[in-house]
Amino acid sequence: MHLRRLLTALTSFALFSSPALAGQAPAGQGAFVPVDSVPLADQLPAAPLLVTAYAFVWIAVMVYLWTIWRRLNKVEDEMRALAQKLPRR
Amino acid sequence: MRKAFGPLAALTGLMLVGAPLMVARAPYESTMGLVQKIFYFHVPSWFAMFTAIGICGVASLIHLFKTSPRADRIAEAAAEIAVLFGLMGLVTGPLWGRKAWGVWWQWDAKLTIALLLEMTFISGILVRKYGGPGSDKLAAAVGIFGLAVVPFVYEAVNIWRTIHPLTSVVPTLPATMGGPFWFCVATFMLLLVVLLMLRVNLGKRQAALDELYLAYED
Amino acid sequence: MFFRTAWLVLRKDIAIEAKSWEVLTTTLFFAVSCVLIFAFAFVKDGRAVEDAAAGILWIAISFSGTLALGRTFERERYGETLRALLLAPSPRAALYVGKLLGMLALLALAELLLVPLVALLFQAALFSRPLLLLALLAGGTIGFCAVGTLFAAMLVRARSRDVLLPILLYPIVIPVIIAGVRGTAALLGATPDEPTAIMWIGVLGAFDAVFVTLALWTFEPLMTE
Repeated sequence: MHLRRLLTALTSFALFSSPALAGQAPAGQGAFVPVDSVPLADQLPAAPLLVTAYAFVWIAVMVYLWTIWRRLNKVEDEMRALAQKLPRR
Repeated sequence: MRKAFGPLAALTGLMLVGAPLMVARAPYESTMGLVQKIFYFHVPSWFAMFTAIGICGVASLIHLFKTSPRADRIAEAAAEIAVLFGLMGLVTGPLWGRKAWGVWWQWDAKLTIALLLEMTFISGILVRKYGGPGSDKLAAAVGIFGLAVVPFVYEAVNIWRTIHPLTSVVPTLPATMGGPFWFCVATFMLLLVVLLMLRVNLGKRQAALDELYLAYED
Repeated sequence: MFFRTAWLVLRKDIAIEAKSWEVLTTTLFFAVSCVLIFAFAFVKDGRAVEDAAAGILWIAISFSGTLALGRTFERERYGETLRALLLAPSPRAALYVGKLLGMLALLALAELLLVPLVALLFQAALFSRPLLLLALLAGGTIGFCAVGTLFAAMLVRARSRDVLLPILLYPIVIPVIIAGVRGTAALLGATPDEPTAIMWIGVLGAFDAVFVTLALWTFEPLMTE
């Protein structure tokens, strides 16, 4: 059970770099337009925003999985401690 | 934990990795260009959040009227996961909006009500933590009322004309964009299911621990 | 039986309140100080900003409403009368309706004071369309009280109830506040925008219908433990 979850987490984590793949451009742009003559919103580079967005989704899922794993460990530890005390009574 | 968990988790992991690849092959949108590709994760996050809220609402109803510990565990898990997906939506949205609209945040109806929906479910989590005994029913009430607000969220963008893209965008997606989009939707739904199974399992173990404590005190 | 019970509960609350007028006077005073704080917060060049009137009115209503809700049910908890009420052989939902009517009466009195005060302090033309304003206030107050009465009642026996009430209540009633403020602001323009105000009244009506029904339905299971 722990191993399966760990494997899932590791697989996804190892391929963390894939958000960068999402930003690859298809071939062929139209005419070139110099950046300065374009409105301010267009001057913002989109790639950092895109990467941040995708990275955030990954990180959020990882953090949540980690909190579940941590809480589960705590519960299991307490159960083991209690189970040891019980037979004596 | 069901036997299906392992394969499901592996499939989800693979799809999560594959999703950006599919998104890369999707065509650019004419007015928004590269940054529009955030859409492929942004909208599925909200779909997943609404699904989680639906699950939470139904489970809350069952628990409130039938006092079912299992329904309570599902409601608790679904509420947490709704907050998680909502957070994803609330972060990816402004990142897209900063480039597409020029501002991080807009106090239009859809964003505002989406934010308050997130806060509703966070308050449900808080009430479970700090409300003392009987807070499971209180959280169930919050879940039900949260669900009741959802139609207002969905219609907000249509009734109150805002700069947010209309809900008619999704049904009219061209096929080249539709493919990656629905793939991402499926990915997020699977992710929702996997996370739910994990979280409900945690709830079950916590309940077992409580039973042990009770037995111990006897 | 149903309406008789609700009426009896309402009469009981009014009778208790009439002995000291504690909740009413303190709520009214709080509402006034709320408006004053906002007036001072939004002062520019020695005059209060005019466009803030709609928002301030509704904030004052929701803050004083929250306090009044807490205090009313605190009284029930203190006298342990809630358990007695629940033991009575009457439909539980009738108890809820009685409490709701009491809260509505209290907030209506508060608004009777607040609206002229805000109109005065902010030179806001709140009385240009009195019927529409009344509809907005009624719709918003009913929505706020419907959810608030339910949550306050169910929190009576919870821990940290004082802070949990606003935490649980505000996210759910924000659509009410949005509709109320936008509707009121529409009426305050140079030419009152009636169609917009009427649209927001419609939204409030929808919200009220949904949430009063939900509250009536869930009151009994929530109070049974």
